[in-house]
Amino acid sequence: MLIVKLFTIAVTLVLAAGAAHAQISDGVVKIGVLNDQSSLYADLTGQGSVVAARMAVEDYGAAAKGLKTEIIFADHQNKADIGSQVARQWYDAEKVDVIVDTPNSAVALAVNQITRDKGKAFLVSGAATSDLTGKACSPNTIHWTYDTWALANGTGNAIVKTGGDTWFFLTADYAFGHALERDTEAVVLKTGGKVVGKVRHPLNTQDFSSFLLQAQSSKAKIIGLANAGGDTTNAIKQGAEFGVVKGGQNFAGLLVFITDVHGLGLQTAQGLIFTETFYWDMNDKTRAFAKRFAERNRGIHPTMIHAGVYSAVTHYLKAVDALKSDDGTRVIAKMKEMPTDDPLFGKGTIRADGRKMHPAYLFEVKKPSESKAPWDYYKVRATIPAEQAFRPLDQGDCPLVKK
Amino acid sequence: MPTQALFGQLLIGLINGAFYAMLSLGLAVIFGLLNIINFAHGALYMTGAFVAYFLLKLAGLGYWWSLLLAPLAVGLLGIVLEKTMLKRLYHLDHLYGLLLTFGIALVIQGVFRNEFGSSGLPYGIPSQLTGGYNLGFMFLPTYRAWVVVFSLVVCLGTWFVIEQTRLGAYLRAATENPTLVRAFGINVPRMITLTYGFGVALAGLAGVLAAPIYQVNPLMGVDLIIVVFAVVVIGGMGSIMGSILTGFSLGVIEGFTKVFYPEASNTVIFVIMALVLLVRPAGLFGRTA
Repeated sequence: MLIVKLFTIAVTLVLAAGAAHAQISDGVVKIGVLNDQSSLYADLTGQGSVVAARMAVEDYGAAAKGLKTEIIFADHQNKADIGSQVARQWYDAEKVDVIVDTPNSAVALAVNQITRDKGKAFLVSGAATSDLTGKACSPNTIHWTYDTWALANGTGNAIVKTGGDTWFFLTADYAFGHALERDTEAVVLKTGGKVVGKVRHPLNTQDFSSFLLQAQSSKAKIIGLANAGGDTTNAIKQGAEFGVVKGGQNFAGLLVFITDVHGLGLQTAQGLIFTETFYWDMNDKTRAFAKRFAERNRGIHPTMIHAGVYSAVTHYLKAVDALKSDDGTRVIAKMKEMPTDDPLFGKGTIRADGRKMHPAYLFEVKKPSESKAPWDYYKVRATIPAEQAFRPLDQGDCPLVKK
Repeated sequence: MPTQALFGQLLIGLINGAFYAMLSLGLAVIFGLLNIINFAHGALYMTGAFVAYFLLKLAGLGYWWSLLLAPLAVGLLGIVLEKTMLKRLYHLDHLYGLLLTFGIALVIQGVFRNEFGSSGLPYGIPSQLTGGYNLGFMFLPTYRAWVVVFSLVVCLGTWFVIEQTRLGAYLRAATENPTLVRAFGINVPRMITLTYGFGVALAGLAGVLAAPIYQVNPLMGVDLIIVVFAVVVIGGMGSIMGSILTGFSLGVIEGFTKVFYPEASNTVIFVIMALVLLVRPAGLFGRTA
């Protein structure tokens, strides 16, 4: 054992020394897209994120700038142990320099720690838990697209203000659902609302009728869905069947993606209000991106997670280019130093705790009569400026932030 | 928890149990005659839902046509599978049939997922069955009531055919001793093929019933097959009535778990399976060989 340990230390030292000389390790910047390729989050992350990463590399013109890049991907099956295993193998054996996307907060928290231990880089677009910039924040991680605090704050506030002051939570029973429920409950209580009940369902539940019945008998005005993907669509679809809205209650989809709306159809999804940080039909640049993206992704338009992957990889390449090194810790530091600018999120910054700052939007799903074209689904209800969209720097308990 | 709310949960449990019953019935029939544990059942259930979706999208045929045509299509697919692949495995150990059908399931699901993604496609409730009844203790959607009644009829009909008719008698005899039944001039291989076709057609039918409730989703059968398999094991492999009764009662038990300890709702069936196997290795209604 001692020999192994010594050997590991020796190798680490050699690698560290190599990095200190500011080089691209083994001549290639290797990007690993680790996400759900086969289950309930596969449409909103999955191959779309791989396409987004490829487009970022192409648009950056990495090859022309003399930067050799390679993109690989893997399916973590929403299991933290499989995700950890892939991450270790990628970092140790396959010389991956940066892992991107990684939805499922449980997996992301595991990869977050591994990345830190190995001194690599982790760009989170898919995972939601605000702990990634809170107590689990790391000098090797940037949380790019959105988080549970932003969702809770944007959607929760808007709903309580329009009279939805009693809540019942349907929560996915793992790290993400718990974080989203916690952050939303805080907003509800702060704005004078009340939580009258909650129920935690297993990830990837097909039938919600039993939970919906409990929500109905709670008489809460708002049924808060602290879940995502197939869980959210099933709950909403079956809610319509059970007359939830007709009975005077309303759903608050706390994390809804455009692919969910597409799957539900506007007839069922109309009127839903939720928070996202990207919609493809915002301006000419986002529309142009969406068109190119959809052509390469079976017609599926980009979710905010896909957009986040594109934006994060773009900024990562800029930092690597500036440093002429792909050493994880240094690249992340450089990324935080440089202001961000890309066609999808515009100009922005990255905070000391790893939070990427950009505005969030409160969207409402259009009525079928208002939708002019396929994927024409949202209208903007409100724009939330970056400083208000995300948790203030001093409230996250991130050890990297000096008080 | 007030009694009224419990009553609602009981009803919900019965509705879910209806799906378990229909699927496990098909599994039980197939196992009884073919000695094959059909792991492709979940994938064929999903295929049934997709056929309904295609019929609506491409041919404009609605729910009622699907209820007739989708099981036929899935049954035909089953017959092709049996003729080309499964029949080569009858003389081998159970394990081979399980591996083959599991592989088929992965292929079918993979193809659909590749084509249609994972977030599912919308399929509406037929206009005649929208709305619902306010029962006082709960709101019962008309469609769910329809599902329970319809699947009860199908289950009992199947039980009747197998246990009470001449055709069923041939089937049961062929299960016991195929060589002897053949000697009476009955075409046993054809009967086996048709039985497999019928068993998977039940899965396709359940898929059509499920389409308006869940999203039509390539992954809708993945987890279901494990649960349904557990139902069959609890009921006793090959027992027709056993699988129907167990299907409904496990739906109810699962429903109550969702109230009292929701975190365990996707494991409770397996806990019961373990307990039953400890006490009665042949299942609740199974005969020990």
